[in-house]
Amino acid sequence: MTTAHPAVAEAALDAYPRIVAALIRVTGDWTLAEDCAQDALAAAVERWPVDGVPGNPGGWLMTTARNRAVDVLRRATVEQRKLRELAMLTDFTPPAAVQEDVVDDRLRLVFTCCHPALAPEAQVALTLRTICGVPTADVARLFRVSEATMTRRLTRAKTKIAQARIPYRVPRGAALAERLPGVLAVLYLLFTRGYDPGGEPAFADEAVRLARLVHELMPAEPEPAALLALFLLHHSRRAARRDADGRLLSLDRQDRGRWDSAAIAEAVAILDRIRADGPYALQARIAACHATAASVESTDWARIAACYDALAQDEPDPVIELNRAVAHGYAYGPAAGLDLLARARADGALDGDPYAVATEADLTARGGDPARAAALFRAAAALANSEPERLALLERAAELS
Amino acid sequence: MKYMMLVCTDLEPDTDKENEPDIDVWVAENDAAGRRVFGNQLAPVSAATTVRVRNGRLLVTDGPFAETREVIVGFDLLECADLDEAIEVARAHPMARGGRLELRPLADFEQ
Repeated sequence: MTTAHPAVAEAALDAYPRIVAALIRVTGDWTLAEDCAQDALAAAVERWPVDGVPGNPGGWLMTTARNRAVDVLRRATVEQRKLRELAMLTDFTPPAAVQEDVVDDRLRLVFTCCHPALAPEAQVALTLRTICGVPTADVARLFRVSEATMTRRLTRAKTKIAQARIPYRVPRGAALAERLPGVLAVLYLLFTRGYDPGGEPAFADEAVRLARLVHELMPAEPEPAALLALFLLHHSRRAARRDADGRLLSLDRQDRGRWDSAAIAEAVAILDRIRADGPYALQARIAACHATAASVESTDWARIAACYDALAQDEPDPVIELNRAVAHGYAYGPAAGLDLLARARADGALDGDPYAVATEADLTARGGDPARAAALFRAAAALANSEPERLALLERAAELS
Repeated sequence: MKYMMLVCTDLEPDTDKENEPDIDVWVAENDAAGRRVFGNQLAPVSAATTVRVRNGRLLVTDGPFAETREVIVGFDLLECADLDEAIEVARAHPMARGGRLELRPLADFEQ
């Protein structure tokens, strides 16, 4: 968000998506909604240092954005109905108890941005731009395209929403169960984009914020809660993931004292309330086992192995099978791990995968064959996708030689 | 809102034959609900003729406009509130499994 003033930035975090979502509902015009919300922030940056921060900063921003929208639409001689509805958008302080049948505009916005009739990358880009207010130039950087290209993609997505009449609505009943995984997948993609080596942590922060928003808006749904917990647990290690030279550290080499204990505690508390485990809950429980253990050795590997067993049963996936082999290797010995690894690799899906080779190397080392393990670590290094990964693997090989 | 639903074949149809929808039921239901304005199956591609005019000259050729292995075999003009409703109508069509359906809104020059 383009705000230099700290009070504006703080108010904008909550107010921006509310304003955009409300203006889209009333006007149906995505670009107008974004422009007016941005204008309101700019006005606040100008006025608040002079006039002081208003008592209800969010309400001030909403009123300013609404008035701007009214001005623009009056000039465009839009239907009176829209102007009347706009006039009713005033203070948006939500009622203390949110009524169940009143759908928050922000949730409509989330489901529309993440509609499957839009291209997957467009869903992520539109979510970042419209809900988080991330400038188009920054969204472009995330996808490694030019700003002009990203502007075109966003325009195309908004045009499709209008032309194909993608509804501004939260699906109900069976349709909700079908659509929710798609919404969560967008957040997950955003998080991994921000969290991956070479990614930008700011986008991981946005993903955490979005997951918190979706969880707050759908408190009864277990998977958004689980996704928030999963993000918090991964994110809790952000300060400990790299060494002084920026190289990625595996869990056993991280300083656990630098993990964010408040984030871990919040995630564990969320997981304690979840009764039915879906895929994200299983992944979050695995991450929680890691996050709450004092060391690799004292980690509850049997629990982790059981979670991977459940995940593998849910959805056969080579990466899950690989991690399952790792977990069984710790829980039940290297031979058990190597056995599962061989089965995971049988169909060739993991051919050329550096993690598969590194896993075999690690299990082989722990099985008591350092020479073979060192050769395997070197083979994994040759397949590595990034320089820090390659160096970390070569280091493991050197330690064994 | 009107959507043209183009019914196409697909090289990889669904292999699950359970609870296959019946096209007559689909037509009857959607006609009764006013969601299907008009539609028909098309004669095979072997009966297709393509017409072009270039530099004032008429060019008539045998066959469809694009030689692909996936072909349009029918169409339905739908009247739906929004895309989600059109998707629900399309998913219940037998060719959603046996082939694929493309939903194209009719161009709206009012917008």
